[in-house]
Amino acid sequence: MLEGVAASSGIAIGKAFLFFREDLDVPDYTVDVSAVDEEIVKFESAIEQTKKELEEIGEKIKNETSSVHAGIFSAHIVLLDDPMFAGEVRNAIKSSQYNAAFAVRKVAKNLIEQFSMIENEYIRGRETDIHDVAIRLVQNILGKEKMDLSLLKKEVIVIAHDLSPSDTALMNKAMVIGFATDVGSRTSHTAIMARALEIPAVVGLGKITSQIRTGDLIIIDANRGRVLINPDGEVYEEYLIEQSRFNEFEQSLSVIRDLPPTTLDGTNIELACNLEVPEELIAIHKYGAKGIGLYRTEYIFIRKQKELPSEEEQYESYKEAVEKVAPDPVIIRTLDLGGDKFASTLGLPSDVSSMMGLRAIRLCLRYPIIFIPQLRAILRASVHGNLKVMFPMISRIEELRQAKLMLEQAKAELDHDGIPYDPNLQVGTMIEIPSAALTADILAKESDFFSIGTNDLIQYTLAVHRVNEEIANLYEPLNPAVLRLIKYVIDVAHNAGIWVGMCGEMANDPLVVPILVGMEIDELSMSPIAIPEVKKIIRSLTVEEARKIAYKALSYSTAHEIESYVYGEAMERFPDVLMWVDHRNHRSA
Amino acid sequence: MKPAGLLVKEAGKYKSSIFVYKDDQQDMKVNAKSLIGVLMLAAGKGSTVTFVAEGEDSEKALDGLEDLIARRKFDEV
Repeated sequence: MLEGVAASSGIAIGKAFLFFREDLDVPDYTVDVSAVDEEIVKFESAIEQTKKELEEIGEKIKNETSSVHAGIFSAHIVLLDDPMFAGEVRNAIKSSQYNAAFAVRKVAKNLIEQFSMIENEYIRGRETDIHDVAIRLVQNILGKEKMDLSLLKKEVIVIAHDLSPSDTALMNKAMVIGFATDVGSRTSHTAIMARALEIPAVVGLGKITSQIRTGDLIIIDANRGRVLINPDGEVYEEYLIEQSRFNEFEQSLSVIRDLPPTTLDGTNIELACNLEVPEELIAIHKYGAKGIGLYRTEYIFIRKQKELPSEEEQYESYKEAVEKVAPDPVIIRTLDLGGDKFASTLGLPSDVSSMMGLRAIRLCLRYPIIFIPQLRAILRASVHGNLKVMFPMISRIEELRQAKLMLEQAKAELDHDGIPYDPNLQVGTMIEIPSAALTADILAKESDFFSIGTNDLIQYTLAVHRVNEEIANLYEPLNPAVLRLIKYVIDVAHNAGIWVGMCGEMANDPLVVPILVGMEIDELSMSPIAIPEVKKIIRSLTVEEARKIAYKALSYSTAHEIESYVYGEAMERFPDVLMWVDHRNHRSA
Repeated sequence: MKPAGLLVKEAGKYKSSIFVYKDDQQDMKVNAKSLIGVLMLAAGKGSTVTFVAEGEDSEKALDGLEDLIARRKFDEV
């Protein structure tokens, strides 16, 4: 059995199809001077054939949802005409008398090597395009069969080192029932694609490609992040039963996908989603989310190598999200990174950042060169739909005031330049530090809303660093201290007439949701995939009952007592959610 | 289309051979009609590039490129 990262839930049982990227290995012989023209002809006809193939593929995938990737194939066609590619290949055949396939390989390898040294991540990524085109050309020159996922005729589980956008764009998706890959994380392309296709996937398995052969019987248990290879009869039977039960559960979730997130006694709780990378945008409507409750902006800064992203780049990204989600809201969180990321750009010492160091709003307030362009980009995007902004890691009112002052400065700049923005843009404060929670009544007077970030709130309140395995058991979402803080924040916010959301992992914990409903939280934001099950929980409760559950929970002394109490209540109301979601949470815990 | 693609498209309109280099790295000039070449320049926003054109329509070519970059700011027509 192999363990990896569960990227898209479910259970797949079927035959493996081992997909490997073709290598560019070709015979390196040279040809006679008299045969040079013949090699050139071979090359030119391979170019024509390749062009035709690429046009056909482009046509085929045009209507598919992944329009992001439709451009890949037109980019490939451009490469075929590029003087530095095709032109160089012709030169290599003529001057060095290489055979056509080897000339393609030589030129492509050379270009790929040069690209791999480019710092800009986007441009560096184009080496994949050169590689893909070169392989297609070589195959056409040699008249080889293509290893092509578009030719799949039977249902298979695709096993690969990794899957690129061009692999999945070509894939005959009707025949793929699961993915398992050597590398990857929850946000890698393979994982996002699996969720979009709603097929089970486990990624980051290490060396699965070396342990599986095409035709092996495989079970992908993406609820627990496991892959079983050629299981014995008993395990196989058990999984068949588990699979059908899971499918029933999924069915029950899809039924409620279009129903409102309303309690049995008619209170509505907004369910929004957390967005980590823009590629996840397609999943939002699919899972019945109402907008984006947490739009993380870190990816824009991380994907850049050494430089800061421009205002324009940021504006384009924010605008895309706001337009796609309108009229539902998008809440953009300003940069939440540590100073170490910018050490070289800003000339900071590289050890400036720690959990309690120069990070997030502190870094932004210190460096207007980071903050002002981001605020301008957010303001500019605000005219394209329903946008709100929130500041992370606020620990005292002065920081909120300063951040709002800089927002006013950005507005004044835009006014001066005659650039429009939404003058009523709502400004929220993230409550993720105990000092902010305890002064929530003060912060509420100057905020339009709150969003409780529970991951940090738990860490700071209990003084437990989550990644430290020695003390992982002390990380307790249901600790009475955490629950009391949350209750206080919600109560004082409502007294001040502002709404409160939550965007940490507690927001989709089945044992916490009833308590939050009882505390009358207004919005919960989570990974899109968790929305149907949370909706199911909300729809199984009345606020009256939930209030009692919250009240009772707060009367216990330990997290353990609270957990067993809520577990009992949950088992009575939504045992199915508990059963399946538990698997997943235990994996990620 | 991305700026690099637009630049290559514009350069491709002229008969002259056109080269481009970044900052003062004259020895690292690339063919402006090659997308690969222009991408390899890795010229981000705010960098200075110089074009060199040779051929019968070289002046027209330089005017066209200047127009694209300086005046139209890579706006597609």
